[in-house]
Amino acid sequence: MSEPLVVFDKVEKKFGSFVAVKQLDFEIREGEFLAIMGPSGCGKTTTLRMLAGLEAPSVGEIRLQGQVMNNVAPHQRDTPLVWQSLALFPFLTARQNVEFGLKMRGVDAAERKERALRWLDKMGILEFADRNISTLSGGQKQRVALARSLVMEPQILLLDEPLSALDAHLVIRMQAVLTDLQRELGITFVYVTHSQSEAFAMADRVIIMGKGEIAQIGTPKDIYRAPANQFVAEFVGRNNILSGRVAALSADSARITTPSGDFTVPTNDVSLTEGHNASFVISADLVHISLAEPESGNRAFCRLISEEFVGSMVTLFLEDRHGQEFKVQMQERELSRFDLHSGDEIWLSWDTASAHVLNET
Amino acid sequence: MNTNRALNVILGIYVALIFAFVFAPIIFSMIFSFNSQRFPTIPLGSFTTEWYAKILADPDVWEAALNSLIVSTCTALIATFLGFCTAYSDFRYNFRLKGPYLALILLPPTIPLIIMALAMLAWFSRIGMSGQLYSVIIAHSVLTAPFAMAVIRLRLNQMDPDLESAAWNLGGSEWQTMRHVIIPFCKPAIASALFLTAAVSFDEFAVSWFVSGLNKTLPVIILEIVQGNIDPQVNAIGTFVFLISMTLVVLAQIFFASRQLKSIRT
Repeated sequence: MSEPLVVFDKVEKKFGSFVAVKQLDFEIREGEFLAIMGPSGCGKTTTLRMLAGLEAPSVGEIRLQGQVMNNVAPHQRDTPLVWQSLALFPFLTARQNVEFGLKMRGVDAAERKERALRWLDKMGILEFADRNISTLSGGQKQRVALARSLVMEPQILLLDEPLSALDAHLVIRMQAVLTDLQRELGITFVYVTHSQSEAFAMADRVIIMGKGEIAQIGTPKDIYRAPANQFVAEFVGRNNILSGRVAALSADSARITTPSGDFTVPTNDVSLTEGHNASFVISADLVHISLAEPESGNRAFCRLISEEFVGSMVTLFLEDRHGQEFKVQMQERELSRFDLHSGDEIWLSWDTASAHVLNET
Repeated sequence: MNTNRALNVILGIYVALIFAFVFAPIIFSMIFSFNSQRFPTIPLGSFTTEWYAKILADPDVWEAALNSLIVSTCTALIATFLGFCTAYSDFRYNFRLKGPYLALILLPPTIPLIIMALAMLAWFSRIGMSGQLYSVIIAHSVLTAPFAMAVIRLRLNQMDPDLESAAWNLGGSEWQTMRHVIIPFCKPAIASALFLTAAVSFDEFAVSWFVSGLNKTLPVIILEIVQGNIDPQVNAIGTFVFLISMTLVVLAQIFFASRQLKSIRT
């Protein structure tokens, strides 16, 4: 266990003069569920394709179990991929699709059939084994695609936005299927997605990518509560971002002057200099509201612009008189105590420990 | 609504006229092939199968039919193979000068047949390959390969480009992927291309006439009979050739249409 399962060592990929990804330096640990997340065009799919051997790195090294993989052909790797388009073979039945990889590896017909049926059963679609792919529903196709990769019994499974074509209620169900499978099989999942909810719901660790570079690597909680920089903070959303100048520094906290007022923030590990600019974030769910002005602490006086309901959660969108936007997330029943209407003015407050200073990049 | 109906009627008449112009001569030829009179005149004489009996008894016609069969079968196989290779190279690879490459491949059908035929004859006789059955096969393969390519290319364009990568990803080598993914996917188009190229080759006259020498194909022997005298045997052979070509084209169309429908349904 000296070396992690996969290592990306200063990997860069260029298409002509276009740099798709650069300075990729990370590792994938055995048995973890790793999500690679970012907006479209951030290089996350290129990263996955390099791992599968469908693209070769222009610079740097990719090592799988200590072995350099740069020039290993895709068919000589054991890195099955679940495709965004699913890429099921339309002229084959569900079972023949699942058997395909085994057939390519020269497994004999009887064993192929037995293993394929076992996986179709595990996926709960045994009854569709001899159906043509085109007659299956989206969710069933998804399961065939998963079975087709998992039947190879790989150490690592790559998934490229596999749920993006499914209906919302199916996405939730497939998320549960995937996390259960990953725990049960103990194999490493590398999951590429642009969906924060998918990544945060399933992954042990998340890599956030932007413009071909890694913006942050961490657990979902790290990234949500302590975004490393402005890009991550904005991408994750549901964050209040305030910018200003450092007015005073003490051992573990700083006073930052912004157009909306002075606020105290913990300095964490970020090095701040007095007089320099600094930004900090407060998660929307850590902001409290009140009708009366709080006696002390960080506070802002805002006007309610609009509200948005998702289930029992409600997000308030507010603005102070300096044009600074705020978001507050709370339970609907909590909010109902206030009887608010848009245009009403209320006080926001938060604990100093809830704020998080960003690294300026 | 009214103008639409008027337009539909006009378009209907237009289509009917086109069909009439195209098929009337063939239908007349069919009718006269059963007519007892020597000259194609109205009123018709009595019904007869005399002309069919006559051509069936003619060894030259039999030889020409056999030649046509050999040529169209070989042409279909060669042209479809070439067409598949070019269509796949277009699908799979991006390279400089791809535009000119495709233009060159699609060029033969745009050259007037008579010029093509003359050029073929000149070239074959220079390298000492003219007047053979294989000369006709080579010439027809050049002529029909673009049709095969066009049909197969259409099919490849319908393929999810991830399909090939998915096969590699599951451990299939390039050749295994070709055999187990690309060819099965293109099967209907390949069948369609085989029938289409066979039909074009079976019908083709100008190039065959120039390069076939003594190995006459059916269209060539038709001309020979017509040149000699007016003989209703021509109508009989014409009917025969027409039916075979039509069958091939319809078969090609069935394979073509069935997959189009399938792709609409999925």
